[in-house]
Formats: sequence, C-alpha cells, structure tokens
Amino acid sequence: MIDILKIANKEFSSRLFTGTGKFSSSMVMKEALLASKSELVTVALKRVDINNNDDDILTHLNHSHINLLPNTSGVRNAKEAVFAAELSREALETNWVKLEIHPDPRYLLPDAIETLKAAEELVKLGFVVMPYIHADPVLCKRLEDVGVQCVMPLGAPIGSNKGLKTVDFLEIIIEQSNVPVIVDAGIGAPSHAAFAMELGADAVLVNTAIAVSKDPVKMAKAFEKAVIAGRMAFEAKLASIKNTAEASSPLTSFLN
Amino acid sequence: MSHFKELFDTYNWEETLQSIFKKTTEDVQSALAKEKIDLEDFKALISPAGKPFIEQMAQKSQLLTKKRFGNTIQMYVPMYLSNECQNICTYCGFSMTNKIPRRTLTDSEILKEVAFLKDKGYDHILLVTGEANKTVGVNYIKNAIQLIRSQFSNITIEVQPLDKEEYESLIESGLYAVLVYQETYHREEYKKHHPKGKKSNFDYRLDTPDRLGKAGIHKIGVGALFGLEDWRADSFFTALHLQYLKKTYWQTKYSISFPRLRPHSGGLEPKVEMKDADLVQLICAFRLLDEDVELSMSTRESEIFRNNIVNLGITSISAESKTNPGGYAVEPESLEQFEISDERGTEEIVSMLKSRGLEVVWKDWEHFEKV
Repeated sequence: MIDILKIANKEFSSRLFTGTGKFSSSMVMKEALLASKSELVTVALKRVDINNNDDDILTHLNHSHINLLPNTSGVRNAKEAVFAAELSREALETNWVKLEIHPDPRYLLPDAIETLKAAEELVKLGFVVMPYIHADPVLCKRLEDVGVQCVMPLGAPIGSNKGLKTVDFLEIIIEQSNVPVIVDAGIGAPSHAAFAMELGADAVLVNTAIAVSKDPVKMAKAFEKAVIAGRMAFEAKLASIKNTAEASSPLTSFLN
Repeated sequence: MSHFKELFDTYNWEETLQSIFKKTTEDVQSALAKEKIDLEDFKALISPAGKPFIEQMAQKSQLLTKKRFGNTIQMYVPMYLSNECQNICTYCGFSMTNKIPRRTLTDSEILKEVAFLKDKGYDHILLVTGEANKTVGVNYIKNAIQLIRSQFSNITIEVQPLDKEEYESLIESGLYAVLVYQETYHREEYKKHHPKGKKSNFDYRLDTPDRLGKAGIHKIGVGALFGLEDWRADSFFTALHLQYLKKTYWQTKYSISFPRLRPHSGGLEPKVEMKDADLVQLICAFRLLDEDVELSMSTRESEIFRNNIVNLGITSISAESKTNPGGYAVEPESLEQFEISDERGTEEIVSMLKSRGLEVVWKDWEHFEKV
C-alpha cells in the first residue's frame, strides 16, 4: 500500500513508531502497540530492569514484529549516553539506540552539542544511532556527516501534544536530508501525524497521545490510519497549494 | 554566586500572609482561566477565596498530571538508618532530649533491611537519619550508599544538611536526590522549634538547596512541615524557593512533599491546623503552578486520603513505611519517629493503585556512570 521504509539493515512496512511510557498498565500498552501495527517501539533503559528476565515492560513487548529501540532518556551528557548505549547493547542485544540527551528535566529539550558528540562516538562503536534533536537543519546535516542512520527532529516539546510547531524547519530538513527523517515529539493528534507524513517525513514517533487517551487501543488505530493516509497522499503527490486566484474567465483574453 | 537568601530576605512574612488573605474570588477565577500561572495566581489558589474552587482545581490538576506523567505512579520506600540526633526539634520523636533507645544500623543490619525491601519489589529508596555527625556523618552515609548501590537504581537521602563538597562526593557514589525541608520559612518560629544543635542555623538550612544545585545533584526535594506556622505562607515561600531553584539550577529536577504534623512521642500539637481540604487545595495549586514538579505522598496520611489523592496530582508514593531504624527486619518493635497513618502493606497499595487506573512504576532510573 505504501513504500517500505528502510533504516540501516531493517525494513519497516509501518511508518508509525511508538513508545512505552505513560500507559495505565503493561496490558493496555501491549494492546495499544499491537493495534498500532508499529514495528519499532522505543523503551527507556532507565525504566527496564535489565537483570530481570521477567521485566514487566519487556515481556509485554515480546512479539515477532516488534523491534525494540532502547533510548537513553535520563542521561545528561555524551559520556553518560555512550555508557547507557553500551549497557543497553549488552543487555537487550540490539545495537540500535535512540539517542536522547536532555539535561533540562522540564521540557526535555535535547542538547545539540552533547548529542552530536555522542552520535559521533556511538557510530564509531558500531551503533545504529537515531538522535532526538531540535528541528535544526544544520545540526541534521552535521549528524548525517558523522554517520547517523536517521534524524529525529521534534515537532514540539515532548508530551505537549501541540503538533508541528517547527514545520518551517521540518520542511527544510526533509528537503535536505539523505537519511530518513522521523518527526518525534509533540504529535498530539492523528491529523498532526498525517500532516507530517504529507510533508514527506519518513515516519513519526507517537507516545503520549496514544498512552494518555481515554481509549489507547482506538487511538493507536487512528494513528495507524492517519500515518498511512498521510504517506499515501505524499506518494500520490499532493496538489500544490496556490496562493493566488485563477479566474475562470481570464481578464486579459482580449489580448489574444 | 547566587543564593536564595538574597531573594528571601526581600520578603516579609506578615505582608505575604496578608496578601494571600486579601485575594478575591475574581483573583481565583482569573488564575483558573490562565494556561500558565504565576506566584500571585498561586497565592489566590491557596487563599480562603480559592476554597470554593477546589473541584475545578482538582480537575485541572488531574489533567496536567496525566499529560506530563501519564497514568503512572512511582513507588519508593524510606529506610531509617539511625535515630541518633544532636538536635532538639520540638515536633520530632528523635529529638535529643527524648529518652528513647538509640540505634544506628550496621552494614549487616542495613543489608538485612534491604533484603526485606527488595523482596517487596522496591527499587527507589529513601535513606533517612537524624543528625549525629560523629556516628552518622557523611562517611557513614557514603558507606551506606555504596553498600546498597547495586541493589537500588535510585537512591535518595533525607539527612542533615551537608557542604557542597560532601554532596559532590555522595553524588559520585551514586546518590540521586536529596530531600531537605525548611520545616518553616518563618525565621523566629523556626528558632523556637529548633533551639539547639546544628539545625538551629536557619540560614545554613535555607542555603542547602543552593549547595545541592551547585554540586550538580539530579533532584532536590523541598517543602515545609505543616503545623508549625501558617501553611499558606509556608507554601508560598516553598513555591518561591522552587521557582528560584528551577531558574538557577535548570538541570535539576524538583519534588515537593507535604508533611503534616503527626502525633509522636514528643507530643507537639499543630499550632495551625491544616485540614484535608486545605491539603488537597494546596496539592492542586502546586500542580497548576508547575506541570513538571514531582509531588510526593508519604504514609503520614490516612488510607482514604491517599486513595483519593493519587489521582489528583501526586506522582510518587511510599507504602508500608517504618520510621524506626531496623523497623522492617532487624528490630520491628523499636520506637518510630512518628506514627504512620496508612499501615497497609505494599501489595495492598499496589492493588489500590491499579484499581484506580495507575501503572505502578518501580524503576525509573539507572546509574549511568561507571563506578
């Protein structure tokens, strides 16, 4: 129905990535994530007990089509991020990592300087690095240069549900990027997700809007459909928006 | 270098209190209509004029908490390491003049308590001591942290205020957060309740969160002990303190606790009573002021109160707490610091939380630094 998305060596038929936070129970989380048909699910390393085979979150994510994407939420600098990534590679047996460095605990805004530093090092260590960053087109190119496999610019602060507040910059990033662009954070409604996909984002990551809704399973389905709709519209080439009117009876036809 | 004292000293307790009591219905309505409120709005929300709006505040508080923290609640448990204390605090069961058996846990006793708590599922722990620098100084605390670090992802302490360098050394050992309550921001009243010991130094205590911020701690818990003075004024100063800290130490997280005076073996009755409705009003007002601050609830409060408050803004909760050193496994019969009110076991609390639509979070931290 829609093009396959490829990141590193993995192919995804769903362009909706999801998260595991804020659900009212692991059962609800599992049902919602299955309903979303998401194939890449991020989980905060700090929330799982890597020494416990029966960890509640991990056991509920144990499904053949779900790929785990550990994230480094909680670290404050590049050094801690690298340590966290190595910890997760060892414990969860994946070299994929969502690189999140937000030293600001309130708006959880990413630290561009530390993120670039950590990304460079993690790529050298053989990780598939997916960095969460500001919608900063130059930073995206710099990250691409050091070898990240995609970029994850934010639409609005995490959990804010405000939609694509950074749309002008996202458009530039999408235009310029040679790696997949995944809009992460701020997507609060299926219409936001569809909009991001229409713009040409390769995927979106949604968590709060699904987890906190009154009916997470239904909301997950709504996002699944919105992402497909947006992507289909992008692939079908949207009619361009015209800023000027085109009169059906031209005013200058007398010149012909 | 910045210090809260400089800001604090520009305020006058009486004027502050009066300005809270002067808030009108219109002030409350205007605060409720805003997306982001300031300290003047906060005063209105905690004022007597705010009382009739408590339901609206609760609705808003629940919504904001859900948005930020989701349908989750963090579990933690306190572990009292020592009841030795060189301070006189008029309201505290561990006060130096109280004739009670004193005990400081040894390494093996600590590990015995830890085994009990791990068995219950706890991964975030709060270590508590009195203030006895010779026996329970920074080295004792450091040793305790190192001893239990591999077993708890998240270690918080509530001990005597320390110097910046001492905090730095504890952070290096794996310390995550420090709780330090001012007890009351009323300078003279503070003096009355803390006549002797290092704790009688109001300014040193007031400056503690600054030292913590400078030391680079992950989280600081602030608050006042309600009952010593007017809870509204003390809450305003807590909010002022919080706002100052957030701006100054922007990488640090903050939490607020709401201890009300409980009966204990010293026997001080609250000077200013804080009713259940007052506490609900205050908790909701704090959430409206600050979407991100962690709001914590201990077992000081009753079953009914705790069952209902968990959906209104609280983000972390303790259960089955013992406030005597060794109270879990070593010497369950010894004397407590104060009587807890909600004596339900951990399992019972967990099932209560689940029945209220909350996912219980045991682990939400990782030691990201190599030792």
